[in-house]
Amino acid sequence: MSTVKLTVNGKAVAVDVEDRTLLVQLLRDHLNLTGTHVGCDTSQCGACVVHMDGKAVKSCTMLAGQADGANVTTIEGIARGDELHPMQAAFRDNHGLQCGYCTPGMIMSAIDIVHRHGGELDEATVRQELEGNICRCTGYHNIVKAVLDAAGRMKVSQAAE
Amino acid sequence: MYQTTYHRASSVDEAAALFAKGSEAKFLAGGQTLLPVMKQRLASPSDVIDLGKIKELIGIEVSGDTLTVKAATPHYDVATSDAVKKAIPALAYLASLIGDPAVRYRGTIGGSIANNDPAADYPAALLALGATVKTNKRSIAAEDFFKGLFTTALEDGEIITSVSFPVPQKAGYAKMPHPASRFALTAVFVAQTKSGEIRVAATGASQSGVMRVPAIEAALKTSWSPSAIDGVTISASNLLSDIHGTSEYRANLIKVMAQRAVAAAG
Repeated sequence: MSTVKLTVNGKAVAVDVEDRTLLVQLLRDHLNLTGTHVGCDTSQCGACVVHMDGKAVKSCTMLAGQADGANVTTIEGIARGDELHPMQAAFRDNHGLQCGYCTPGMIMSAIDIVHRHGGELDEATVRQELEGNICRCTGYHNIVKAVLDAAGRMKVSQAAE
Repeated sequence: MYQTTYHRASSVDEAAALFAKGSEAKFLAGGQTLLPVMKQRLASPSDVIDLGKIKELIGIEVSGDTLTVKAATPHYDVATSDAVKKAIPALAYLASLIGDPAVRYRGTIGGSIANNDPAADYPAALLALGATVKTNKRSIAAEDFFKGLFTTALEDGEIITSVSFPVPQKAGYAKMPHPASRFALTAVFVAQTKSGEIRVAATGASQSGVMRVPAIEAALKTSWSPSAIDGVTISASNLLSDIHGTSEYRANLIKVMAQRAVAAAG
């Protein structure tokens, strides 16, 4: 057992876990943050994507200990109170989901994509960049539309700040 | 995953000492291969020694005609580094094709070459560019480093600290990715060194892992152009064959990818 200390969604936490505990297990089973999903458990589907120190990572492919000292943001941590994050709002408005299982990971990856590419996003880039996130319902079409829509909204909201 | 003990090393020396103390220890860099393997219970190290936070193992440096990528540098850093893009753009491009964005944030060059997956990208660059692998004990030429499927010259407990690439005259990389895994179904790295030597390496193709392709090297020596490879015949013997592609298909891919790589190198 080890104590892992990290910041999750702005709150400092210390959790006693077995050394073999994955970051996704720490989030879901120890902190009850079940918005982060486990899909394939083989590092391919991206349902477990969270941000660690601002970068989108697969939380099923990290030991909790590797996140010691890190700043982690999950899907629960991106809205401001009742106001959805622009990416969440865009997924809702563009019907970017059906069953919703992949959506938390999609949204966390998509925010990272917009951060990296800023206003230079086009459809081909979004499709390429969503390589590590698998959706079995939508055919991706509305997901791509949502990401492009949100890229515009995030630019506007950044400019307003 | 079976029980294990996690250690975060703060220096290479500390990591080596922790390894020596463990009964069946393994080094962890980005964990993008080791952790999935442990989750499948195909590996059960007693101790996992994390190299990912060791400062002396992270970074990219250019000195004269040598580009050095330290071992725990993630693929994302190599793909987006201005220094790499300027010195060896083909290497930055190669790094940008590994896995997916989340994997590229975590996976490292040292982890990739230590694992030596027969379809990994980096081994082709190391072999074609004539890179040198530096460890905490010695320097190993790429030629002597890769020893077949998932096998390297590394001794038990030896830690890769950096990879040094001689900056080439020109170089190019072309990859036919497996559509799901993004590993190379076959990929080829071509390089013309500053002294005029031509080196070509293929990954994803051979049953014994990354390999040089002498027939294409000879053709490119005559003329550095994609069409120079038209007449080359690549033998399918000893090439991989699986549900994704026969050995004959891969033999053809070596040619096609080499042509695209030369075109990309210019």
